[in-house]
Amino acid sequence: MTDLAGEALFGLPLPEIWFGLVFFVLGMFLFLDGFDFGIGILFATREDAEEKETLLAAIGPFWDGNEVWLVVFGGALFAAFPEVYANLFSRYYLLMFAILAALGLRGLSPEMYEEREDDQWRRYWGYAFVVGSALTPFLLGVFAINWLTGVAGIVSVPGVLGGLAVVALTVADGAAFLGLKTRGSLRDDASRYGTRAAVAYLGLVALTLVAVYVTTPALQSALLSLPVIALVLLSVALVAGYVVATRRGEYLAAFASVGGLVFGLVTVIAVTMFPAVDRATGLSVSEGIVSTLPLNLMTIMMALLLPIVLSYFGVLYSVFSGPIESGETYG
Amino acid sequence: MVDPVVASRLQFAVTTIVHIVFPVMSMGLAPFLIYFTWKEIRTGEAIYERLRRFWVKIFAVSFVVGTVTGLVLEFEFGTNFAAFSTFAGELFGGPLATEGMMAFMLEATFLGIFIYGRDRVSDAFYFLSSVLVGLGTWLSAVWILIANSWMQTPRGYELVNEGGRQVVHLTDPMAAYFNPRFQYMFLHMQNSAVESVALFMAGVAAYFVYKHHVRGDEVENAAFWVKTLKIAIVALVITAPLQVIHGDLYARHVYETQPQKFAAMEALWETDTYVPEYIVAFPTDISHILDPRAKELLGIGIPGGASWLASGGNPQAEIRGLNSFETEAPPVAVVFWAFRIMVGLGFWFILLGFWASYRWYRGELVEDDLLHKAFMGSSLLGIVAVETGWIVTEVGRQPWVIQDVMLTENSVSPSLTGAEATFTLAGFVGGYALLLALYTYVIRRIIQHGPPEVDGGAVEADAGTDAPPEAEVSVDD
Repeated sequence: MTDLAGEALFGLPLPEIWFGLVFFVLGMFLFLDGFDFGIGILFATREDAEEKETLLAAIGPFWDGNEVWLVVFGGALFAAFPEVYANLFSRYYLLMFAILAALGLRGLSPEMYEEREDDQWRRYWGYAFVVGSALTPFLLGVFAINWLTGVAGIVSVPGVLGGLAVVALTVADGAAFLGLKTRGSLRDDASRYGTRAAVAYLGLVALTLVAVYVTTPALQSALLSLPVIALVLLSVALVAGYVVATRRGEYLAAFASVGGLVFGLVTVIAVTMFPAVDRATGLSVSEGIVSTLPLNLMTIMMALLLPIVLSYFGVLYSVFSGPIESGETYG
Repeated sequence: MVDPVVASRLQFAVTTIVHIVFPVMSMGLAPFLIYFTWKEIRTGEAIYERLRRFWVKIFAVSFVVGTVTGLVLEFEFGTNFAAFSTFAGELFGGPLATEGMMAFMLEATFLGIFIYGRDRVSDAFYFLSSVLVGLGTWLSAVWILIANSWMQTPRGYELVNEGGRQVVHLTDPMAAYFNPRFQYMFLHMQNSAVESVALFMAGVAAYFVYKHHVRGDEVENAAFWVKTLKIAIVALVITAPLQVIHGDLYARHVYETQPQKFAAMEALWETDTYVPEYIVAFPTDISHILDPRAKELLGIGIPGGASWLASGGNPQAEIRGLNSFETEAPPVAVVFWAFRIMVGLGFWFILLGFWASYRWYRGELVEDDLLHKAFMGSSLLGIVAVETGWIVTEVGRQPWVIQDVMLTENSVSPSLTGAEATFTLAGFVGGYALLLALYTYVIRRIIQHGPPEVDGGAVEADAGTDAPPEAEVSVDD
């Protein structure tokens, strides 16, 4: 154990790796649970009971697993940057509980919706499902942008714009996933919403970045750096790719484009923030990181577990690949 | 406005007291589900498929609510206990992150297959999924209890000054993570989860058996419920005595490592020898019910029992009283009564298990109405025992959040205002009451709905109502 306590594993730049890992996990959450949110939002556009059932069946086997990425995000941040975790979560106290409440509503409502057949019951739990599904990505967007700017208080213009951008992104995400899981008019409608949402995302994320630029002078040079500009251009290309792929019915390509957009967004936030890991407290990545021994241990743990976890997800998604069969339900 | 420290502590208490119900259900159900799946695949008997499908529904709902409430718990270390998280994050964050990656991921992904994938994967793979889901729930407990037990018996760390304030540094991971308390906690928790679910199953099954037998209701599925009752009795007979045996070892360990908690469990203020263990106890003055003192208790006590418990067999042993500690005592009444409820229930469960076994042996399981009523009345008592056990553990270690290292009052987020904390506390009380009501509602509906019919299941149910159910169902093998 003395070796592990002495220096970083294989001389790797572990603080930077963990900084990247935390954002990677956040990206996995936004991408995977993102389609659950998007489908939850698109649920509002459906009148037909059978179509609603299909939407719920589309996320049924996946959403639990997808949500665990948020648990891992909290855990990874706590393990690697405990002071950041503590400061960030207590600073945006009410926002964190709002996220949890929204997420709770999203998780509980399909379960309740399925419980009874009567119309009024289903109408209200349907609303709850939509509200939870829309509110969670919105608040997560607010959280991510507030974290980046370090703004005191919860409501900020860049935060709200960022929240709306993430909502649009999840709608595009959900629509692409429905492209893989449904057929017919449901799929056509979803594609139409998805295309609009992808274009709206582009506009909203541009506005968000402008708002960050205007309100946070300290981040101006980072926002104009080459990687950020490249990522923005890449996002434009990915949205174009999404639209074209959706038109052609290549939904896997559309889904992959959303993945690119999500990780693009997360990377923009990370690159702009770096080398700080929490601007509000002024902590840099190298100051916020835990000491060498626990860091090395966690790195070994992650290096072993991450490939295994990714392979589970591969298994899960391949077992349930292909469109929802008629008669498949959530319950 | 409630003080942020008080509000945070109450909020955390509400969160954990509600949350623990759902892991208990999923950890406790896991071995049963693995068994049902195994038997279903091996024997092809419809009853096992029905058992599996029925209890998976309850598992799934418990898992969803457990996820929702568990996520809250993970966030609360940051939102409400930022000072603790900064101070001990180096030791505490790792197990939580590992729990997410190693256990929760496993459970959540394979649960998708376990719930929805019966027709999509092979039998072997399906069985593997049930095992992995169960493994996930139990591994979760490993990492959570590693984190918790470290707070009870902290080891493998040093305190260092960093930027003008003290933080915990990990020095010896093996000592820290496999600290002395861990094994006691893990055994006691997991066994109690299985025991609680066995009691719940038995209560539900007894209700239907009773309805069928006494009221003569046309209960479909009589054979199904008799089978369920028998499986639950077997589990109860195994787990109930074990719980008391390692509970005894656990208590001795508490005395050795957390004597203040032990003194609170016994309401012992002055250091004494030959301390009795009160089984049924009432204060001589009713006002002392909130401030029990061993010296003033009237009741049935085992002479030297507490000394015997603390020392591992010596009724003469001296026990330190609460007044011998420098820190203020934990809320003694809460710890004292919670401990008695837990222990009392533990013995009741043993009695119940033997009573049921005796009736079963005599072939009178279906006829004994009083036994059925006892099972119905005890269906939730396993969970009550778990709750009171955790109250002894967590309230008993006060005023410390980390035993002898950090006081709870110093662990709360410095930036938290009374208004914020009061607002969320009110939200938690309301929201969690609603959550519990909805969970109860759904579980009740699942139970009333009964087990699903499967191919061949209807035939078996008919046979069960015509013939005496017992003749129909083979003893659990």
